[in-house]
Amino acid sequence: MTEPAEPAAVPTRRGRLGRRRLRPVSVLGVLGELLITAGVGVLLFIAWQLWWNDMIVAGEQSKAAADISTNWIAEDRKARDADAPPPAPAEYGDPVISRVPATADPFAVLFVPRFGAEYHRTVAEGVGTSVLNSTRLGIGHYPDTQMPGEVGNFAVAAHRSAYGGGMHLINELQLGDAIYVQTADGYFTYRFRDLEYVAPTGVDVLEPVPGSPGAVPKDRIITLTSCNPLYSTDERIIAYGVFESWQPTSAGPPAEIAPIIAAQAKG
Amino acid sequence: MYAALWRVLPGPIWLRILSLLILLAGVLFVLTEWVFPWVNEIVNDQEATVGGQ
Repeated sequence: MTEPAEPAAVPTRRGRLGRRRLRPVSVLGVLGELLITAGVGVLLFIAWQLWWNDMIVAGEQSKAAADISTNWIAEDRKARDADAPPPAPAEYGDPVISRVPATADPFAVLFVPRFGAEYHRTVAEGVGTSVLNSTRLGIGHYPDTQMPGEVGNFAVAAHRSAYGGGMHLINELQLGDAIYVQTADGYFTYRFRDLEYVAPTGVDVLEPVPGSPGAVPKDRIITLTSCNPLYSTDERIIAYGVFESWQPTSAGPPAEIAPIIAAQAKG
Repeated sequence: MYAALWRVLPGPIWLRILSLLILLAGVLFVLTEWVFPWVNEIVNDQEATVGGQ
């Protein structure tokens, strides 16, 4: 019974397929399918930009920052007697101010525990796409603003979303939150003070005394700038921090970021 | 269009589904590797700076 059934089935199927082939192609049908394909493509692009690309870039930026940080600590160990006891706080002296680096040169690593226990990103000179959209840098230092620990304003920018979203959680900062900046010389601790929302043209926030052009600075401020609202570019969100303390690399990292630094040394 | 693709693919149904999945993976790879980064350069206006630097 089964043997004759098989050859019979084949011609039927062929016949059906043959009839389908003859059916004229509907222009509207093809157009519809093309439009659906384009729509799916756009959705895929958005998903890629906001999640996939963002996550991968964030991971790469984080790893690059860990390499730089580890390298500075290793160089410091090599440069001095590794067995010598760390200096006492009274011996730290004045903050060592880095020289102004060339554009796109990394010179600091930013740690913000409020952004995540593992959060650390490289700060490089300049706020062009070569820094902000880079898979290895991510945070840009506004040229002509001060350096970490310097009297005045150390102002940096990063994306709120996409390209690693270095300042994704900037709106979550709370009064007194620590913002740590590591350079080749040591660690600078800033404490978050307040948020401000400005127009994209609000360059006053970069002044040595933010918001007061021409004023003579006395404080050491850190300014973080990013987009606002999230996924939009209509406004800028600005976070200010005030300098609290400095310690040289030989004194070891501040307690709060010591676990991250220990973890990144292990790789 | 997709019906034509289905008819052009050879073999039994499982092989056609497998071919489709491989094709889809290829398309996704090309999109994420080259097309999306390229589109991103053009449409992206994710400005994060003040003063439009």
